Amino acid sequence: MNIEKTSKSLLKEFWPQMSKWTTRELIWLGFWGIIFLVGLYALYVQIVEGHVVTGMRDHVIWGVYIVNFIFFIGIGYTGAIVGGLLHLFDAEWRKPLMRIAALMTVISVIIGPLYILLCIGRLDRLYYLFIYPRLQSPIIWDVVAVMTFLVGGILFLYLLAIRDFAILSRSEETMPAWRRKIYLFMSAGFINTRMQRHDLKLALNVLSLLLIPTVIIVSSVLSWIFGMTLRPGWHSTIFGPYFVLAAVYTGTGVLVLLMYAFRKLHNLGAYIQERHFVYVGYMLIAMAAGYGYFTFSEYLTDWYTSEKWNAELIHKLMDLNQYGWMFYFANFAGILLPILLIGIPKFRSINTITFSAALLVIAMWFKRYLIIVPTLETPLLPMQDIRPEYVNYSATWVEWALTGAGIAMFMILFKVASKYIPIVPIWETSEMIEKEKQTKAATNGQPQPSLS
Amino acid sequence: MDNSNSKRRNFIRTGLALGLASVAGATKLLGEPDEKKPAHNHTVKLLSPDGEIVEVDTADLKVETHEHAGTMARTITGREGIEGRKFVMVIDLGKCRNARKCIVACNKMHHIPEEKEWLQVKLMKDNENAAPYWFPKTCFHCDNPPCVKVCPVDATFKRSDGLVLIDNERCIGCKFCMAGCPYSTRVFNWGEPEITEPATCPPYSPESSTPSKHSTVEKCDFCPDMVRQGKLPDCVTACPNGVFYFGDENEDTVTNGSETVRFSQLIKDKAGYRFMEELGTKPRVYYLPPSNRMFPVERGFKNLTDDQKARFKDVQ
Repeated sequence: MNIEKTSKSLLKEFWPQMSKWTTRELIWLGFWGIIFLVGLYALYVQIVEGHVVTGMRDHVIWGVYIVNFIFFIGIGYTGAIVGGLLHLFDAEWRKPLMRIAALMTVISVIIGPLYILLCIGRLDRLYYLFIYPRLQSPIIWDVVAVMTFLVGGILFLYLLAIRDFAILSRSEETMPAWRRKIYLFMSAGFINTRMQRHDLKLALNVLSLLLIPTVIIVSSVLSWIFGMTLRPGWHSTIFGPYFVLAAVYTGTGVLVLLMYAFRKLHNLGAYIQERHFVYVGYMLIAMAAGYGYFTFSEYLTDWYTSEKWNAELIHKLMDLNQYGWMFYFANFAGILLPILLIGIPKFRSINTITFSAALLVIAMWFKRYLIIVPTLETPLLPMQDIRPEYVNYSATWVEWALTGAGIAMFMILFKVASKYIPIVPIWETSEMIEKEKQTKAATNGQPQPSLS
Repeated sequence: MDNSNSKRRNFIRTGLALGLASVAGATKLLGEPDEKKPAHNHTVKLLSPDGEIVEVDTADLKVETHEHAGTMARTITGREGIEGRKFVMVIDLGKCRNARKCIVACNKMHHIPEEKEWLQVKLMKDNENAAPYWFPKTCFHCDNPPCVKVCPVDATFKRSDGLVLIDNERCIGCKFCMAGCPYSTRVFNWGEPEITEPATCPPYSPESSTPSKHSTVEKCDFCPDMVRQGKLPDCVTACPNGVFYFGDENEDTVTNGSETVRFSQLIKDKAGYRFMEELGTKPRVYYLPPSNRMFPVERGFKNLTDDQKARFKDVQ
């Protein structure tokens, strides 16, 4: 096997990227750092003055924080479910993407729950969740689920990276002694024996198998925070699967954006290839179709029966003077357009797939906004309130600043992570390259990437 | 056994006595022409809940004072219900004219500012052809409370006496109960809460629900601290028209202060119903339909400020 040799040359190629910060990268880091600091200031203001600094009031009790929570945590679930599924199906082409997927999981699942903390008025009493928990509450389900998932996600990232840590600790590249020590420690004594390979593969298989139902549970539990209330547009049996699919759809979009960004910034064109975009693009089409179907079925049943509050809500969503534009953008640009752009071979390219992904990620953020805010603006009893901030929600600078801070955190953590772990997994990619070389030799030239 | 029976009798008696007092108190506040106290006379004319004018000797009246069971509250955790009780309320929509005395009394009692309304009076119009009516809305203290179900830390709880209360020292302010309540009953202290007349504010207890605590949820509590003293909730005594009947389902008795009636009989005779029964929340508040109205709905606009009037522009 030439894996050792291939991985050595791969590391040589990636090392300059990992060992020093370029000026451009530092500017990038500084830019997001400032946005993050603005968010921290907003957080300070919110803690000192209370939630009165947000746009949330007695009717619309949740706003963009909870939208961001669903959005980020959904991205997190994707890394695990897509990574886990591809791992189980042993799709060879997945290998260069696994690190991005695993990092995405951990980073998003760290950021997401921070937004739920922003919705909590008394952070000083947060530990009550652990000393007075009531298992009947979907919030407790969510706390348990998210924490379980975070552990699973970290394990997934770690198990996938053990072999790379081993390679890094034994590499010939110059690096500070502390760094090598950390790599050595993290490699957990992996020296590539047959037994270790077997155990690691088994562990990864089991973990992938566990992560898939976990994602489904965690996503459903999240949806039930809404589904368990007597509110129009929330109290729906489809909400569990709807949220699972929405999460994976958005996350796969983010995966494409990350693939594009790292391919460009780290010159990874040789490893993150057009076929990766195309395959992930196919997955996007399937998910968009599924999500479109769920959406259609959800709105159709509400509209057709037109129960009083549902009818009121649907009217609000479709009325161009209210949420109409957002609604049509979210459902057409977010679902239909990606299907067309990726589905029609003539349009299909790295650029259009990335564009579709960007479009759908933005659209899906608005989609979550449409799930949360208009429903809360449609209470069962007439509001009969004339304070405009109580009737209609509009996010304040504090909420936008903290939204920006979440994105900044995502960018910064990803950038920093890419300095310490190769963004394309060295071992697995070497494996793939070797395997494809063999196939190539066997079939005399024709590379045959397979979806398995 | 004897003891509890006498307690029950006491409850009814106090209720009756209170009723008279409250009618008097309310009249003082009202100052409407037909309800004015004649100068230098020993009797007053009062409007009874049935719309009749009755004359009462002033010697028989006492003005209700707003007292909290201050010291009592400190020894009671507020989590256990009052033994043997099952509180229930009946709201007679035929009598409400949006006088808003209940709201004023409630806010005073709980030291909350004017713009915060634990008790609201909505103007309802069920369909295009239906006649609009005033709809006072307290917390319904549901027997299947969606708010209690979703609370992650047991800060809001259901008691054996039927009340749904909030422990503001436990509440973490996640607002999930507010999403859970389909009646938009709960309010949140978005900033530092304003406490009116803080000097007379009792020490905090889930039964007094006051003083308000920042970043926590609060709502109508049926004034259990008043009930412990054998008094009626303030909205009941403040209402000039006897709209609110409060009582005990176990005793099958409710009183609006001036008349004490069998709860089951009242519900039977006047076709009592629970609001949005289809939601399955099993409210402890019953409504009597707005039939045989004592006042035209327009009376409700009479003493409102422009801002208050503007609230109902969609219904008018």
